[in-house]
Order: sequence, then C-alpha cells, then structure tokens
Amino acid sequence: MSAATFIEESPTGVEPPRHPKQPDYLHDGYGLKSWLTTHDHKRIGILYLIAITFFFLIGGIAATLMRIELVTPNTDLVTSETYNKLFTLHGVTMVWFFLIPSIPSVLGNFLIPMMIGAKDVAFPRLNLLSWYIFILGGCFTLYSLIAGGVDTGWTFYTPYSTVYSNGHVLAMAAGIFITGFSSIFTGLNFIVTIHTMRAPGMHWFRLPLFVWSMYATSLILVLATPVLAITLALMAVERFTGVGVFNPSMGGDPLLFQHLFWFYSHPAVYIMILPGMGVVSELIACFSRKRIFGYKFVAFASLAIAILGFIVWGHHLFVASQSIYAGLVFSILSFLVSVPSAIKVFNWTATLYKGRIFFHTPMLYALGFIGLFTIGGLSGLALATLAIDMHVHGTYFVIAHFHYIMVGGMLMAYLGGIHFWWPKISGRMYNEKLAQFSAAVIFVGFNLTFFPQFILGYLGMPRRYPAYPPEWQVFHVLSSAGASVLAVGYAIPLCYLIWSFFFGRPAPQNPWNASGLEWTHALSPPIRTNFEEIPIVTKEAYDYPYPETPNRA
Amino acid sequence: MNLLAFDLPFVPKQASAQAGQVDAIFFAITVLSALLCVLLFVAITYCLIRYRSKSNADRTMSMAGHNLVEVVWSVIPMLIFIGLFIWGAIVYVEARNPPKNALTVYVVGLQWYWDIEHEEGPHEIGELHVPLNQPVRLVMTSQDVIHDFYVPAFRTKMDVVPGKYTEEWFTPIEPGRFRVFCNQYCGTKHGQMTAWIDVMKPQDYQAWLVGAGANTESIVQTGARLFRAHNCSSCHDDNSQVAAPDLHNIYGRQVPLSDGTFVTADDEYLRDSILTPAAQVVAGYKSIMPVYKGQISEPDIMAIIAYIKSLTPTPSASRPTSNQP
Amino acid sequence: MPETAASALAEQFATPGQQEEAATLGIWAFLSTEILFFGGLFLSYGIYRVTYHNGFAEGSRHLYFWIGTINTFVLLTSSLFMALAVHAIQDGNAKRLRAFLLATFVFGATFLGLKLLEYYLDTGDHLVPWYNFQPNEYSHPYAVKMFLFLYFAMTGLHAVHMTVGLTALTYLYIKARKNTYTESYHTPVKVIGLYWHFVDIVWVFLYPMLYLIGK
Ligand code: HEA
Ligand code: HEA
Ligand code: HEC
Ligand code: CUA
Ligand SMILES: [Cu+2]
Repeated sequence: MSAATFIEESPTGVEPPRHPKQPDYLHDGYGLKSWLTTHDHKRIGILYLIAITFFFLIGGIAATLMRIELVTPNTDLVTSETYNKLFTLHGVTMVWFFLIPSIPSVLGNFLIPMMIGAKDVAFPRLNLLSWYIFILGGCFTLYSLIAGGVDTGWTFYTPYSTVYSNGHVLAMAAGIFITGFSSIFTGLNFIVTIHTMRAPGMHWFRLPLFVWSMYATSLILVLATPVLAITLALMAVERFTGVGVFNPSMGGDPLLFQHLFWFYSHPAVYIMILPGMGVVSELIACFSRKRIFGYKFVAFASLAIAILGFIVWGHHLFVASQSIYAGLVFSILSFLVSVPSAIKVFNWTATLYKGRIFFHTPMLYALGFIGLFTIGGLSGLALATLAIDMHVHGTYFVIAHFHYIMVGGMLMAYLGGIHFWWPKISGRMYNEKLAQFSAAVIFVGFNLTFFPQFILGYLGMPRRYPAYPPEWQVFHVLSSAGASVLAVGYAIPLCYLIWSFFFGRPAPQNPWNASGLEWTHALSPPIRTNFEEIPIVTKEAYDYPYPETPNRA
Repeated sequence: MNLLAFDLPFVPKQASAQAGQVDAIFFAITVLSALLCVLLFVAITYCLIRYRSKSNADRTMSMAGHNLVEVVWSVIPMLIFIGLFIWGAIVYVEARNPPKNALTVYVVGLQWYWDIEHEEGPHEIGELHVPLNQPVRLVMTSQDVIHDFYVPAFRTKMDVVPGKYTEEWFTPIEPGRFRVFCNQYCGTKHGQMTAWIDVMKPQDYQAWLVGAGANTESIVQTGARLFRAHNCSSCHDDNSQVAAPDLHNIYGRQVPLSDGTFVTADDEYLRDSILTPAAQVVAGYKSIMPVYKGQISEPDIMAIIAYIKSLTPTPSASRPTSNQP
Repeated sequence: MPETAASALAEQFATPGQQEEAATLGIWAFLSTEILFFGGLFLSYGIYRVTYHNGFAEGSRHLYFWIGTINTFVLLTSSLFMALAVHAIQDGNAKRLRAFLLATFVFGATFLGLKLLEYYLDTGDHLVPWYNFQPNEYSHPYAVKMFLFLYFAMTGLHAVHMTVGLTALTYLYIKARKNTYTESYHTPVKVIGLYWHFVDIVWVFLYPMLYLIGK
C-alpha cells in the first residue's frame, strides 16, 4: 500500500485559472469579527467544526471517566449520582452537540453549495443565525453542567425527569430545545438550497450522492425535530409548574412521553447515519475510480430510509408496556427499514469490483465504516426481533449496537470526510502515513472497546449501572482498555490536522483527482463565492474515466 | 421446545422454559449475521486485493448498475427478515400471555427496592421465592418512577410503570438463585436496585411458605384489613346505609356506567375506581366516593384489589388483564 | 430610500425568480415544521380526549364560549384582509396594500386582546391548573385539570405565534410605507401572508377542540 499523497492521473475536469483574481475564503477578511459576522457557508462550516470538536471533547471526557469507573465492579471512582450525570452529559453532548451537527453542519455546509454549483446556500444569514442558536443552546447545556449536572439520561423519561430528578433538567432541556431550532433551520436551508440553487445542467440525477443523503437528512431534520422541541417543552413546563400531560399521578400517561420522544429520536438516529452514508459513497467512488454501482438505488435508498424511519419508533418500547400488537407492527417495520441500508452496503461492495482501488486515509475510514456499520446494523436486527429484545433491551447489547453504528459508522465517516476534504477546507495536506496509522489505531481501539459490550449485554449487564457483578469484570476491563486506545486514536488526528492547517504542505486543487465540482471547478481553498463563474454541468456525477483498460503502469 | 439446552459460552444460565427459545433465535441470527459478514468481508477483501491500484487485473466490462442484481439483493434479505420477525414474534406473544394456572405474585417497584407480596401471605423485599416448574405471573406497578424487572437467566423483562399494571411471567426450570436487575433508569441508586430470585423445589417452597408466612396475614387478609382501615367498608358493606355498589362478584363482570357505556371490571378498572372514582361512575349511583389518589400506597392498593377479587368466588382462573388496549 | 427589485436580489441568487422560489419553498418547509410542532400537542389532546371523554367535555363547558366564537370570526376576518393585501400588491397597488395590512393588524391585535381578556377571566374562575385550580369543584377533577392544561398550552403557543405574526406585519407595514414592495417584488408579503394563514388555520382546529366539545 504505497502512500503516494496524490492520485496522479489525467485530470477529470477543467482546470480553472491558476491565479485567481480574488483571495481565498480564508483570507477574504481577517480578524474575529470577519468570522463571527460571516455569511460564507464555508466559514460557517468551520465555525461549526470548532464548536462541535469542543463538545466532542466534553462528551469524550465524560466517556473516559465512565470507562475508568467501570474498570472495577464497585462504585469507587465516582458516586452513583455523578456516574448518572456523566452518562447523561455524554449522551446529550454526543448526540445533539456533536453527532447530529457533525457531518450536516460542517461538511454539509461547506460542500453542498459547491457540489451543486452555487455561490452559497439559499439563506446565508439564516445559516449564520443557526450557528448562533447552536452556540446559545450549547451555553445552556454547559450551564446545566457547571451548575451541577443532570441525571436523567439522554432520554429524559418522565416522571423521573419531571418530578423526581433534582438535577438542572430545565437548563439542559432548554439547551436541547434551542439547539433543535438550529437543526431545523439548517435542514430548511439545505432543502431550499438543493431545490433552487443547482447550477445549470445539474439536474437531480447528476447530484453527488452526498447531496442526496443530505437532502434526506434535511427532511428528517425539518419534520422530526419540532416534535422533540414540543415534547421537551411539555416536559419542562410540567416540571416547572407541576401540571402536565405525562404525570401518572395526575392522570397522565408516561408512555406518551416515550412515544413522542422516540417519534423524534428514531428518525434522529437516521440523521446520525444518512450523512455518513453520503460521505462514504463519495469516498468509495473516488478511491475506486468508478461511478457508484446502482446510483439511483443508492439515492432512493436514502429517501426510503428517511421516510420509513418515521414509522418504527415503537421498537424502543417493546417492553415498555405498549400493547403486543404495537410490538408486532413496529418489529416488522424495523426489519423493513433495514432493507434500504442493505441495498447501500451491497452497492458499495459492488462498486469496488473492477475498480482501481487506492488506500488513502479517507478510503480506510470508508472501509471501516462499511464493516462496522454492517455489524452495528445486524445487531439492530437482533434488537428488532421481539423475543431477543425482551432479553437485551436496556443492556450493553444496545450500547454496543448504537456505538457500532454511531461511532464505528458515523464518526468514521465524519473523519473520513474531514480527511478527504481537508485539502479543500484548509488548502493544506496532512501527513498521509500518520493519518493511515491513526485510522488503524481507531479501528482497533474501537473494536476492543465495543465488541466486549455485545457479550456483556447478552450476559445481562444493564445500562446505566456504575456497579456490576464481579464475574463480568474481564469484559469491562477489555472495554476500558480499548477506550484508552480509542482516545489516543482520536488525539493523533486532532493534533496533526491542527498542525497541518497552519504548517502543512499547500494542497493542489484536486489532490485525489476526484470528480465533484468542488474539486474540478474550485480552488483549494476556494474563493468567497466558490467559483469564478457558475459552472455549467454537462456530466454525470462520478465521471471517472472507466477503468476499461488495464492500468497504465 | 428447548433447542439449545446446553451451556453456551457467553450466555447466561438458561433457567426458564423460555430461555432456550430466546437463545435459539439469538443463536440463529448470530450465525446468519456472521455468515453474512464473512461473505461480505471476503468479497470486499477480494476486490481490494485484486483491484488495488497497482494490479493489472482485467477491468473490462465493469458495470455501473444492474437492476436484476438490485432486486435480488433487496428481496432476499427481506425474506430472511420476515422469517426472523415471525420466529421472534411467536416467542414474544407467548412470553407476554401468561397461562391460566400461573401463580400470581404482586410486585411493586420503589426507589430503590422491590416490594414483593405473595398471594399466600409472605411479603418480601429484594428477594423473590418461587417454586420450580410452576408458571409464575408477576403483576407489577410502581410507586414512583418507571422501573423494570429484569431476570437475565429467564430472558425476560417488563417495565414497571406508575399508574398502571404490567405483567411478566416465566416458568423456572432450574433451582438456584438468579439475579434481578432494575433495567429502566430510575434515579440515583438505579444501579443498586437489584434483587434475587430463589427457585426452590416445590416441597422446599411449601416449607418456606409456611415458615415465612407463619405469622403474616395473606394478601387478601391484608386487603380486608385495609378495606376497613380506609373506611371503604362504611359504604360498601352489606349493611351500610350509603348507596354504594356491592363489591361481591364484581371482578370480571361488565359494569354499566352512568354515561351508558360498559367496562369490564379488571384490575385496572378496580384501581381507577378507587383512585379516581369520578372518572367512571357506576350507573345508578351518585359520584360521592372520595378520591383516594395519593392516599393509599401502591402495595396497599394491590392488597385491597386482591381482597375485592376474593369477593368473586371463581378461583384465580379468570384472567386479570394488564393494560392491553 | 426605496429599494428596487434589483437591489433586493441577494448575492447568492442568479435571478429574482430564483430568489422568490427559494423564499416560497422556505416558508412551506417552515410551515411543515410548525405543523409537527403543534402536532405533539394535538396528539396529546387526541389521546386524552379519548381516555377522558367526559372530563374533557366538562372542562370545555367552563371556557368562555362567546369569546372563543367571536375570536374565530375576528381571526378569519384578519386572514381575509391578509389575502386581500397580497392580492393588492400583486396588482401593484401599494396604497391598498398598506390599508389591508393595517386592517389585518387591527383584527389580529383584537384577537390577542380578547384572548388576554379571556385569560384574565379564566384566572378569576380558578381555571389556571398550576395556580388556582380547585379540584373539588368538578366531577372529573383530573381530566378537567388536564384539559385546562392543554387549553393553556395550545392557546398559549398559538398566541406566541400571533405575536410573532403581528411583529412581522409591523415590519411589512414599515417597509410598505417606504414603497419597498411592487408588482414585481413582494415575496415578503406572500411569505408572511402564508404564515398568517397558517396561524389562522391552527385556530380553526383549536376552536372546536376546545370550545365545542362540551356542547
Ligand atoms: C445512527 C444511529 C442508529 C442507526 C442507523 C440505527 C439503526 C437501526 N437500529 Fe438502532 N439504536 C440507536 C441508534 C441507531 N440505530 C440508538 C442510539 C439506540 C438506543 C437508544 C437508547 O435507548 O438510548 C438504538 C436502539 C435500537 C433498538 C431498541 C433497543 C432497545 O432499547 O431495546 C432497536 C430495536 O429494534 C434498534 C434497531 C435498529 C435497526 C433495525 C436499525 C437498522 O436501520 C439497521 C439497518 C442496517 C443493517 C441491517 C446492516 C446492513 C444490512 C445488510 C448488510 C443486509 C444483509 C442482512 C441480511 C441478509 C440478514 N435500535
Ligand atoms: C453519539 C455519539 C456517541 C459517541 C461518539 C460516543 C462515544 C463513546 N461512548 Fe457513548 N453513548 C452515547 C453516544 C455516543 N458515545 C449515548 C447516546 C449513550 C447513552 C447515554 C444514556 O444512557 O443516556 C452512550 C453511553 C455510553 C456508555 C454506557 C453508559 C451506561 O449506560 O452506563 C458507555 C460505556 O462504556 C459509552 C462509552 C463511549 C466511549 C468509550 C466512547 C468513545 O468513542 C469516546 C472517545 C472520545 C474521546 C475519549 C475524546 C477524544 C479524545 C481525545 C482528544 C484524547 C484526549 C482525551 C483523553 C485522554 C480523555 N457510551
Ligand atoms: C362515601 C362512600 C364511599 C366510600 C368511603 C368508598 N366508596 Fe367505593 N363507591 C361509592 C359509590 C357511591 C360508588 C359508585 C359510584 C362510582 O362509581 O363512583 C363506589 C364505587 C366503587 C367501586 C366500583 C364498583 C363497581 O360496581 O364498579 C369500587 C371498586 C369501589 N368503590 C371501591 C372502594 C374502595 C376500595 C374504597 C376504600 C378505599 C371505597 N370504595 C370507599 C362510595 C364509597
Ligand atoms: Cu429502578 Cu432502575
Ligand atoms: Cu430506533
């Protein structure tokens, strides 16, 4: 596996002028103010990048503390109360302040206008506003953390959250509520942008699959997030005033909260995977030098996942006392929603066939994604099987399931995407060898952390327990050891990416010889309006020269 | 049917009739998934090696899509999925419908312990004794927040929800002590809300009942006592002056309500009639019964209901319902 | 400083047509968000209305039917004026636009005023569930309490939307005074008009759900 940094080949696109008349977007205005008042989608993407990295570190520190606590069977490092606050903080920051905005707000913002050949998103001011709303929501959440934390879990089940918890539930709920509007506005902006801002000739089936998956994601953002907002608002009002619709001691039904919460949160898990699937489609195509196999199937699979995802929420409530019939319906629907995911996995695999495969860092992440997402998804099928869920619901099996998808899948895709577009974002190259090495460290650390949790889960280890029977210690120790490896794996890219942003080798316009407009028609880094003039699209997406002939070498 | 009645690695003891069935499905899905992963990963690795950038492998006739292939790899998984669904559903439906001859035990979850009452009398905390090979049905509710009664060795669990009754059942097939976990997050000491199930040979169980229940009253007696203590008897007694319905033979009957509808008098209805009587007023009576919501603890309500049920002579055969709509 | 259509074209758009299309699609997407936002409340209402059929009817009878009814007409009228305002500017008649905007505003404000009056009267009747509710005055105290909670939550959220709408109308009016809108450029009028109709339609659902079920 040679690590030639660039893919040298006859360029796939037109070379724009080498000496632009305008400065690139990083140098188009200096100083904090020019950043904090920018309307440039690329700069806003970078603002998000900084913000969510911060929240990832907070969530990661909480995870680290949890994993250290779980090394021994007793509650010794932290008290139960603190442990409960830790996993709540971990879940809340990782889900709402890191993973949901990760690919959409950073890469989506940076790339969608360029990929469709537009100067910016449709509503640039709204875009900036979304970021400020996000930060405001983040402040509330940080306040609740500093004020003493919240111990409800990221699911906020009533009546615990409304009556019994004595954490700062209101502040945290307010934080999530506010951040929700940031998601909504981002989704709205993307939908409108993709509909109305495409360059001439860029019709729907010429869009890169990343755009398709972001479109599907945006639909969910716009249609599911308001339900979370109203649910949390009702929960907060009930906590604040003492009356409401969820409290059983006043004739309410606590199941209603769970239904409303999962009506949002199940679609939300697809917010946390669809963008990753989009990125992976780009990476696989580029590093196999081929058009994605079954483009239309992959594109429509994204929409199918988004739509079907709205009708399976009840699979979180199989043992929550919902009726048996509801259980049956939600189980079969959960299986059906997996079919489009399967379609994607098979199409990516088929793309590799007869490709010309390069093993650059982004590709390593993409391959990691396919493997780990498949394992996570298959464990989701086990959970969707009613009889099995009766046993493993609420155990570490579920924890392992979603970390395989969210960390092994989405986070890998995010890192892969960051590495892939880093030359475009920063105009610099990172050290390829180091990057490949850290991708391998993350892969190993990840499996070591989360595979033992499948076993723990089937043995019956419940979630949200700071203590456990001693016979399970060996698996917890393995998991904690893996988490340390994982932390190192994340620390390395954090360091070399920051370093390369300032000191890396300048990147050429199209180091991977990729086919998207962002590579063929925009400089690295791009100018404020992305293109000197709006490109006219005449080709399909992934217009790589067919590797009909054996390789030149 | 116990397909996998042997010890597997990484699998807890199969101590209930249902455990083997759950393990069998899990085993099947694991093998299927593993096969699939192997197939997929072998295919990927093959492509990666054969079509690595440096190789001169034949790349002619590569395709950008193929409709038939797409249909095949959508339909085959779908069929497998439906198969898995049906298998899982059969076990689940059975696991949620307790048999008629099941022994009933009343369980109340409280922050952060389990309060357990046997019909025969014994009252235990944090420990549940049950006889071997006898189906046991737990009727559960919570005094405060949502809990969940989880027995890994029995492969079963059910949330314990305030304001309603849920149920869970199992047939223990192994004597011994098994762990119970509270499996729904319920606050600070959720992680300490554990208990044990003691599965005893029937004769030991009888001996235990006699010992533990020797100087305790049965749940029906407790209920009768509470029925007087809370002054229910002042209205509902045979010789009371107040116009209140007779509670004999009420359990399982169709009760006419003042708005012209009928309801079946199950546990849930009795509970509601006591806690918020005005919500469903019996036809022909005035809504004068006081509201007991917040006045009586959950275990006590369970005892009172058990007492009211005992006024209906049919033995516990009539199947009380939980909250299925 | 009257803005012309050309100067109102933002940098990221190529043509005014594209800009208008974006704004229209944007407001529709936003309204679908809004529908689901209210949806959570409507669902809660629906479930408890089925569970506590009589209790909800009982609660409904304690509301001020006449205020609710008058308000329904007031709001429908304001929607009519909004539609006329959009129509006026499509014909390029800026003067009638201003008049109709003003009328819309007045009726909208009347609605809010009556709503506040109603809240005031409700408080006097001890109908505020978290403040002075008297359970023993009702035969279904829990259900009535739940109904009243939903009543305040739904009408309160609606009132917040009305306030936003009135603010937007004020903005439109100020701009209209500066003759910003013309026959060829009046997207903001259309967009805010759609929002206004949406808020109106929500009320059309709320009215029977809250005021008529006890009849
Ligand atoms: C990004 C996030 C994400 C994604 C994409 C998914 C995807 C899926 N999830 Fe997961 N899930 C979560 C995040 C996610 N989940 C989280 C966070 C929780 C817990 C929340 C909490 O309680 O805190 C959870 C919990 C959860 C539960 C509830 C468990 C419980 O608490 O009892 C269930 C039950 O059905 C479930 C099922 C599924 C299914 C069927 C899919 C499917 O979409 C997966 C589809 C993919 C595949 C199936 C793999 C690829 C397919 C093939 C290669 C096909 C070939 C297969 C065959 C031929 C067999 N998930
Ligand atoms: C959405 C994304 C997401 C991500 C990325 C993660 C990442 C991780 N998660 Fe998390 N997790 C959740 C979402 C996520 N999780 C959710 C939703 C829950 C449920 C919460 C609930 O029950 O309410 C959960 C619960 C959860 C539990 C169960 C707690 C319990 O129920 O008792 C555990 C236990 O091991 C765990 C572990 C980890 C670990 C080790 C990582 C690691 O991948 C994190 C590694 C990252 C870092 C360590 C930071 C970066 C590192 C550096 C920059 C190096 C320097 C720093 C140090 C050396 C500290 N998570
Ligand atoms: C003040 C008199 C009074 C007291 C005290 C009283 N009840 Fe009642 N009860 C009534 C009346 C009257 C009705 C019928 C009207 C109704 O359904 O509300 C009734 C109905 C019931 C019903 C439903 C009967 C049916 O036929 O469906 C049950 C069950 C019940 N009561 C149990 C109790 C219990 C248990 C207590 C004590 C904890 C109690 N009651 C205390 C007067 C009383
Ligand atoms: Cu009780 Cu968790
Ligand atoms: Cu789900």
